[in-house]
Amino acid sequence: MSAPSGITRVTLLKDLRLEWRSKDAVNSMLFFSLLVVVVFSFSFDPSAEESRQIAGGLIWVAFLFAAVVALNQTWAREIRNQVLDAYRVSPAPANSLFTAKVVGNFIFVSVLEALMTPLFVVFYRLRSLGPVWQLALVAALGTWALVVNGTFFAAMSLRTRSREIMLPLLLFPISIPALLAMVQATTAILNGEGARFWMALLASYDLVFTTVCLLLFETVLNAE
Amino acid sequence: MIENTPVPVITVTNLIKQFGRFAALRGVSAEFSGGKLYAILGDNGAGKTTLLRTLAGLNQPSSGEFSILGSRKFHDICEQVGYMAHPSLLYDEMSGMENLEYFGRLYGITSSARCAEVIWAVGLDPELVRPVGQYSQGMRQRMSLARALLNDPKILLLDEPFSNVDLHSAGEMVRLLAGIRDRGTTIFIVTHQAALLEGAADEFVWMEAGKIVERTLDLKRLENIGESTGESKR
Repeated sequence: MSAPSGITRVTLLKDLRLEWRSKDAVNSMLFFSLLVVVVFSFSFDPSAEESRQIAGGLIWVAFLFAAVVALNQTWAREIRNQVLDAYRVSPAPANSLFTAKVVGNFIFVSVLEALMTPLFVVFYRLRSLGPVWQLALVAALGTWALVVNGTFFAAMSLRTRSREIMLPLLLFPISIPALLAMVQATTAILNGEGARFWMALLASYDLVFTTVCLLLFETVLNAE
Repeated sequence: MIENTPVPVITVTNLIKQFGRFAALRGVSAEFSGGKLYAILGDNGAGKTTLLRTLAGLNQPSSGEFSILGSRKFHDICEQVGYMAHPSLLYDEMSGMENLEYFGRLYGITSSARCAEVIWAVGLDPELVRPVGQYSQGMRQRMSLARALLNDPKILLLDEPFSNVDLHSAGEMVRLLAGIRDRGTTIFIVTHQAALLEGAADEFVWMEAGKIVERTLDLKRLENIGESTGESKR
């Protein structure tokens, strides 16, 4: 059997290849986020000062909803033709699959963020008063928080009848502490204030939930 | 004198599998020797697929136990088992070769030559770049068999391998499987097309209502059961 890291790598490459060919997740995420940006920009006409106050919330809510689209797609591919069973009967470790899926989703959502952030900046006339590298760090930590839980709960809701509804029902409540930290940290950095506490909270959240998800994923994968 | 009895590679003891209040397996007990081809037959809902999925480690038995190649934990011996389900277990967006290269890596197989070898063996062309989603149903079935053969398993569990496959191709698949059996692999085939396996199968196992009710070397002996249950063996 290949080393777990090798299986993670080939599974990740396989997922990137499938997404490149189908563009299911990225296209739906992009259109959804674009709609949110445009609709909100018509609804509000904030000044630069007001934008800095509300942008954190707007950006993260848009990314959270868009991420759900990608997260639902992640496992849908594995359920089609019951491909997941082929993985389950193989000697490959469950956590290699989980890690590959999380990293894959992290890449998809990060690409979305990279494409959408300039639009947010233009539509809301955003100019950060704090260091931009801190915003990038918050984005990375926040995205990880969303995808690690999202990938786990998407796997949990895999065998439920209405899994597309089930995922947000499971994911949103558990993401509240992370979402709060992301919004507060983003708003603080945009306004040139310190965000260390919120960033530390986000990092701790990531650590705890990544560990818990890794510990429980094999049970979820083999649940009937 | 020492009697030369074949060693069972699979032992099933009072296996029960319930889905909610429905019992799909109701106390299956059996021993299966190595290097044989078993045809598992029975009406729809007899428990054939559930038995196969349980042996493949995909269903946890509600009670009872089984051992494969001397191990009670499927994961310990999973490298020596090949499983083919009714769905293809393949990614529609990738070619057959890409699929097999991916699944091969899960078993530590890094050689493309091995993937090409099993694709040739099932009568397909490894150079075919078309995604599996554009294959005919029969081609998909054969590629799915290639995936199950990839790790050169000692035990092969096949669920409806001949469904939607034309008679000529099905005959070729049977000859391929008989050859694999002759090299020592134990093969279980769940099928409704028992006639295809006449002459190739070493034993026909008839299941009914979650139990094995008959095991015979002669398919004709199952005719009477078929008449009483409405299932055609031919």
